[in-house]
Amino acid sequence: MPLSDAPAIDPAQVATADAATASPAGADHEVAVQVRGLVKRYDGRAVVDGLDLTARQGAVTAVLGPNGAGKTTTIECCEGLRSPDGGTVRVLGHDPVADARALRPRVGVMLQDGGLPTGVRALELLRHVAAMYAAPRPVDELAERLGLHGFARTTVRRLSGGQRQRVALAAAVVGRPDVVFLDEPSAGMDPQSRRAVWDLVRELRSDGVAIVLTTHLMDEAADLADHVHVVDHGRVIASGSVRELTSGSGAGPSSIRVEASPGLDLTTLRSALPGSWDASEGEAGVYTLTGAVDPAVVAAVTGWLAGQGVLARSVTTGSRTLEDVFLDLTGRHLR
Amino acid sequence: MSAPTARVEPAAAPVARRIAAQASFETRAILRNGEQLLVTIVLPVLVLFALVRTSFIDLDTHGFSRVDFVTPGVLALAVMSTAFTSQAIATAFDRRNGVLRLMATTPLGRSGLLAGKVLGVLAVEVVQVVVICGVAVALGWRPELGALPAVVGAGLLGTAAFTALALLLAGTLRAEGVLAVANLVLVLLTVGGGVLLPAQQLAGPLSHVAVLLPSGALGEAMRGALLYGAVPPFSVVVLLAWTAALGAGAARLFRWH
Repeated sequence: MPLSDAPAIDPAQVATADAATASPAGADHEVAVQVRGLVKRYDGRAVVDGLDLTARQGAVTAVLGPNGAGKTTTIECCEGLRSPDGGTVRVLGHDPVADARALRPRVGVMLQDGGLPTGVRALELLRHVAAMYAAPRPVDELAERLGLHGFARTTVRRLSGGQRQRVALAAAVVGRPDVVFLDEPSAGMDPQSRRAVWDLVRELRSDGVAIVLTTHLMDEAADLADHVHVVDHGRVIASGSVRELTSGSGAGPSSIRVEASPGLDLTTLRSALPGSWDASEGEAGVYTLTGAVDPAVVAAVTGWLAGQGVLARSVTTGSRTLEDVFLDLTGRHLR
Repeated sequence: MSAPTARVEPAAAPVARRIAAQASFETRAILRNGEQLLVTIVLPVLVLFALVRTSFIDLDTHGFSRVDFVTPGVLALAVMSTAFTSQAIATAFDRRNGVLRLMATTPLGRSGLLAGKVLGVLAVEVVQVVVICGVAVALGWRPELGALPAVVGAGLLGTAAFTALALLLAGTLRAEGVLAVANLVLVLLTVGGGVLLPAQQLAGPLSHVAVLLPSGALGEAMRGALLYGAVPPFSVVVLLAWTAALGAGAARLFRWH
């Protein structure tokens, strides 16, 4: 059985689903958020250090990174909540700090810690935020979409984490924003809530909204994002569509996984493979070979196994998952 | 880009509506919170009752009836409890919970949030004045209605000074610290700050210090307005000076995160 042949989201399909012209996503969609060389220091320590990021209308842009990578600080600079120490940030062509007044009606924000007052009831809060806009989304319809009616009259203090997250998301989108920043939107949510949130995000995207979200959930990024920025140590260290990130060079499977006896000689394996291939033994006896898979390479691998007199328990071709890519890029150590 | 569907363009509500919504929201939050009600309504009413109906404290009332003499100070205490203690605690916890940051990203903005808070304080004060004056009248208080403009003026000056102090505390200390400090300061100023009783009736050096405190100045202003028909200019100067100093401090030092 192949490791994973699940297709990544094809940005081209997403774009043609709603755009009148059948053009690939990305290139011709208007840039909504442009960050160039962003630097932000706390107490002299650079938390964001020369970060570049672009997000487009009608697309979901995911910012992935380990804790402390600088994701939230970057998002807060885009929201106008922090002033950059260097570089430029433009949201819908505006400076988020200097042009805050022009941007506030057009930008929806969901903070990582929610930012909800604790003493008020869930729907009362949503109605209050809606009152800040001239033509907000109907609160009842939005509450229905996100299942808020079940706890409409419960005070925020007594909501579960996932319920609070849904209220916060509703507050972020109630003003019909052009750009939405969601900082870990589905943290603490049960799978049903997460589905509801993802559906809403997809609907926003097809309405032409630019969605920028940070997440730790690789499946969230893989399922939702048109474009992924992997951030570490305050910089973007990889960027592209999910497919681009997971397949390395172009289409097709990009890895071969071999389960066999541990401690096989990798030097002879590498010499049996084309030059661009890499081979490593992760867990004992589990070998990951990465490169552009073609029939000849598979034959070379099985030929090498035969030459070693080794019977593999399994040989599978597949694509690396986004999580594999992420861990390769950011390392496996805890932080 | 191509406009996909008939999208409604995002736009802010008019500024007056945003601020009114925030003021109403803040007012309801305070009036619904048990601890806040205790400090802003129950405490001043109890103090009024105790000072008028009991004689634990020997009052030199300068020839006025006890209720006439005490009610202005209780109104000053009410202003302090709402503009300072209640507002400091509410803002500190909103700051810790990210509420200030979230609302600042909506069309309300930071200045709208501040305006909403100040109007919310004034709305709660109206409720306090109605309750306290109702109880005082029941106890025999018969104020001069002509004093109303001076009372409102004194109340606004005191509100400005104490709201500035509230924001300075709430924007610089941890929420738990603000909770402790805001209550402690209220107690200290009530006992030794020249709010309920004229500063000159306080013991020793306190009598000289209290007139320079915002609490003493507010108390004197209220008593001047209701007992003598005029707010003493010195109290006005003291309250304005505190407002300027505390307001500048809050504007400089307030941290949103």
